[in-house]
Amino acid sequence: MIQLRKISKSFRHLSVLKDLNLSFEEAGISAILGPNGSGKTTMIKCLLGMVLPDQGDILINEQNISRQWAYRDQISYLPQIARFPENLSVGELIRMLRSLRNRPSQEDTLIRIFGLESFMDKKLGHLSGGTRQKVNLVQAFMYDNPILILDEPTAGLDPVAVLKLKDLLNKEREKGKIILITTHLIPFVEEMADEIVFLMDGKIHFRGSPSHLIRQYETEKLETAIAQMLEKQKIVSVDVSPQVNGQSRLTPVMTS
Amino acid sequence: MKNILRYSFFDLIRSRWTIIYGGFYLILTFALIWLSGDLLKVITSLMNITLMLVPLIALLFSSMYYYHSRDFVELLLAQPLKRTHIFIGQYWGIAISLSVSLIVGLGLPFLIFGVLGTSVLYHFFTLIGVNLMLTFIFVGLGFAGALRYENRIKGFGLGILIWLFFAVIYDGIVLLGLVVFRDYPLDHFALGASIFNPIDLSRILILLKLDISALMGYTGAVFQKFLGSTTGIIIAIAVLMLWVVFPIGRIRFLALRKDF
Repeated sequence: MIQLRKISKSFRHLSVLKDLNLSFEEAGISAILGPNGSGKTTMIKCLLGMVLPDQGDILINEQNISRQWAYRDQISYLPQIARFPENLSVGELIRMLRSLRNRPSQEDTLIRIFGLESFMDKKLGHLSGGTRQKVNLVQAFMYDNPILILDEPTAGLDPVAVLKLKDLLNKEREKGKIILITTHLIPFVEEMADEIVFLMDGKIHFRGSPSHLIRQYETEKLETAIAQMLEKQKIVSVDVSPQVNGQSRLTPVMTS
Repeated sequence: MKNILRYSFFDLIRSRWTIIYGGFYLILTFALIWLSGDLLKVITSLMNITLMLVPLIALLFSSMYYYHSRDFVELLLAQPLKRTHIFIGQYWGIAISLSVSLIVGLGLPFLIFGVLGTSVLYHFFTLIGVNLMLTFIFVGLGFAGALRYENRIKGFGLGILIWLFFAVIYDGIVLLGLVVFRDYPLDHFALGASIFNPIDLSRILILLKLDISALMGYTGAVFQKFLGSTTGIIIAIAVLMLWVVFPIGRIRFLALRKDF
């Protein structure tokens, strides 16, 4: 369970997150969408303790994560750009990451799924972008953690690998995990996401299921609905997430 | 922390730059020994080169490594690890791999030409020891600088400034002071000023062992008296140790407050 309470963060004078309240309590895939610079990555980094919020609390499984580190054992993370140390081989990287957590992992299955067996002795610096992203996926999925955070998981992947990724995600969802994904690929969202969290200017602009969004804009495609939302930028939705203080589950989120 | 250290070390020890760095010292030392044949003279020549080169390479190499591993650090930060362990671990990884290059590059030729059992052995160890200290000091300063500035131009610029300051500007200021106040007794000023610059202190530590301190005149005698005593040596080593500890503290401080 993830709770963000009144999170604010600014870099120098640029305010990125503004009093953000957000919680993920039920299992499923939440797609975090928003234009560039809307605060998606900053929010994810706050959850991982990489960015320290100026104000507010983040609770993961009821524990305040400020200045903590052990809670990250519960989280699997796929970083955005798969740039690893060039001189390490794939096998060495996996072994290194495994030695950090020291508990059962299933990298062998994943290596087989993504067909990386022949790359195990290759240096990471010599791999193509897509192959490196596959290595990235292996490291992200190799632990059975209740929370999964994926930043642009489809970047650089060929269609076959994307298919395998979807397969993996469906399996993880069935296990009852909280899965957060940021992406710009709308068809991927349409197919996979149980709900959409649309961030804009550091605030939640929309939260609800993809079909809900489509209905709101009376369009047929999610892409058009999102494009319209971006153009109109006005109140369109209700926050269906349970409120922290137990107030109504249906409150308008934002006007502009 | 040990995990990070080990990974950084093995990542670096096989990197082209570490090998070039070690290879350079290896060829240089072999060439100098082969050309002069006098191990003591070789140590003096090497000292003049390494006291400039070791800090510069340590500064640039550590900032380069920080910027280079920036993306990977993001992955590490998402693991159940303490922030300080990640960065202090990386610091030791860089410092130790550069030290290995240095020891192999400088040490191997001396070993082959039979430094063991000669009277030069002591000087040889001083040369190696002092350069190792400089490596640890300047890797720390470079790494802390890179951690401070996300912009690599600023980070590298700071590294070069630090090097210029300690290798060139500091001596210039001290010399200027000596000239301006030449009517006063300055031996203690010279001693004090030199002790706070790790490069100067290293140079003096080697020179005094080489018995050419007579060239330094009366001030040289003061140095000899101070650093020849046990207390003096302990103070000198303590100052160098402080210079190692200070950047590590800085790395800790910055690592705990930074957004990645």
